[in-house]
Amino acid sequence: MAEQLLNGLTLGGIYALIALGYTMVYGVLLMINFAHSELFMWGGVAGALFLGILPANAGAGALAAAFVLAMGASGVLAVFLDRVAYAPVRRSPRLTPLISAIGASLFLQNLVFLWRDSQMAFPQPLAVRSFHCGPLAVNGLQLFIIGGSVALMGALTFFVRRTKMGKAMRAVAQDADTAELMGIPVNRVIALTFFIGGALGGAAGVMNGLYYGSVKYNMGFLPGVKAFTAAVLGGIGNLPGAMLGGFLLGVLEALGAGFLPEPEWKDVFAFAVLILVLLLRPSGLLGENTSEKV
Amino acid sequence: MGVAAAAFLAAPLVLQGTSWAFVVRILALMGLYGLLALGVNLVLGYVGLLDLGFMAFYAIGAYTTALLSLRGVSFWLCLPASVLAAVAVRTLLGWPVLRLRGDYLSIVTLGFGEITRIALNNWDSLTNGPKGLSLLSSAAVPPLRLFGFGIRTNTHFFYLIYALLALGILVSARLNRSRIGRAWMALRDDELAARAMGINAPRLKNLAFGLSAGFAGVAGAIFARWENFVTPESFTFWESALLVAMVVLGGMGSLPGVLLGVALILGLPEVLRSDVFRWIGGAQAVNARYLVFGAILVAMAIFRPQGLWPRNVDRLSSGDE
Repeated sequence: MAEQLLNGLTLGGIYALIALGYTMVYGVLLMINFAHSELFMWGGVAGALFLGILPANAGAGALAAAFVLAMGASGVLAVFLDRVAYAPVRRSPRLTPLISAIGASLFLQNLVFLWRDSQMAFPQPLAVRSFHCGPLAVNGLQLFIIGGSVALMGALTFFVRRTKMGKAMRAVAQDADTAELMGIPVNRVIALTFFIGGALGGAAGVMNGLYYGSVKYNMGFLPGVKAFTAAVLGGIGNLPGAMLGGFLLGVLEALGAGFLPEPEWKDVFAFAVLILVLLLRPSGLLGENTSEKV
Repeated sequence: MGVAAAAFLAAPLVLQGTSWAFVVRILALMGLYGLLALGVNLVLGYVGLLDLGFMAFYAIGAYTTALLSLRGVSFWLCLPASVLAAVAVRTLLGWPVLRLRGDYLSIVTLGFGEITRIALNNWDSLTNGPKGLSLLSSAAVPPLRLFGFGIRTNTHFFYLIYALLALGILVSARLNRSRIGRAWMALRDDELAARAMGINAPRLKNLAFGLSAGFAGVAGAIFARWENFVTPESFTFWESALLVAMVVLGGMGSLPGVLLGVALILGLPEVLRSDVFRWIGGAQAVNARYLVFGAILVAMAIFRPQGLWPRNVDRLSSGDE
């Protein structure tokens, strides 16, 4: 039971990091970045490639560098995605950006597929230790993932609440037109939003790679949908909601897996949660943090 | 126009038995996807609701026919049963989700599509899991006959599929011009105004959902008997996304556009696959088709959001209605 909880928190941390990307973009643009799951995949692949050229067990420095690199790669890709696929259709009907995002998602996945269609191993730069804490077997990697995701979330919260750019971001989320009039560089804020969201997705990609030991071109889809579920669960557009939703979904899923006949059914769980939340509480547990735009 | 249609319908008779016989299969497949795309178009093109899990109803149709056929039921009973199953599931599911706003509805339909696929993959006692159901080796499956004439080859299925496609086009076109069709389009263009005019939005939306599932049920039933094999593999999210791509690429709400979209998206990889084009794209050209589609989708959304063959939208302003 306690081990399931730990598994759940680990997965939850990864979901929460991806969910933050959905929520930030939704908060600012009222748009679901459907290709966000590909940013997660991209980060995982970038991390695997970088660690792949280093010798095995390259150490903590290599791991830190892999995180920085993967976050940068996913962040830049997110900004690029916005420029190419979303910015031109910003004033179009609601369906258009979604179609564009499906196209971008197909493109990015198959770019990686054409180049590497099979699974790539994700090197472990550090020897993973397990230890016993009473009757509970604790995996060092799990603690690292939970701790790392909480640290990143803390950094994001500080950035949004305390810095000038964070304030600008909140202003744009509330009313982009008025923010523009107040002299806030709206386009730069949007680019920054995509960059940070993408970078958090990229960090989640590296954590996921470390945890499962491999990356693949189509690995983004399921975590992507689950993270979206987490964002909706907490109230899309709401940063604390996305974090809470991510951890909650991870834990629910891990505990639920204990009752289900086969492990793959646990993926049904996320979708069932999504549908239930949307039906019973369409604005999520903590409420939707966006103003209705008409 | 008539000559072209006659030539198209005669094509299988000319091509069968030659080295171009594979074209018959591709043309029949286009017809089958045409049926599916007409279904997507009812919901997306007419009512403006994006369904990302449409393949679930195709799957329900296909599995219904496969399971019943293995129990000795004739295709002509399986076909309505498949339609009924798809429509029933879709309608039951429709009511609760219709309150959801745009993007949320899309994601929930995506979720339902995935739930269906995972269920087919794991409900081993009924669906035989990932291995799927084969109708080929089973003696219980009754032969498919129409007016005493056996339907077995690609050419036979070509005619069966295009007969049903013609029916589907007729139904779609009639709906387009009916009271219901006009109410749908009013909902699509301005839901608030349409509701204010007394249009029962949830009922009409669910009607569109149900009818579209009917198209998927027909296509699924044919697919099961044509392939003689169904697995969950055939009904993934990306298949649903490709159908949406076909409808959007052609022109949402425009019947010739939708069929053009199907022909292009199914035809392009075949052209890329043929020897003539191999020297342009190399052996990788076939694998690159989704990459190409992805890029085309983005480009279309940006440069031609109304599609290649858009529906005629300006009838009111040009004053001929």
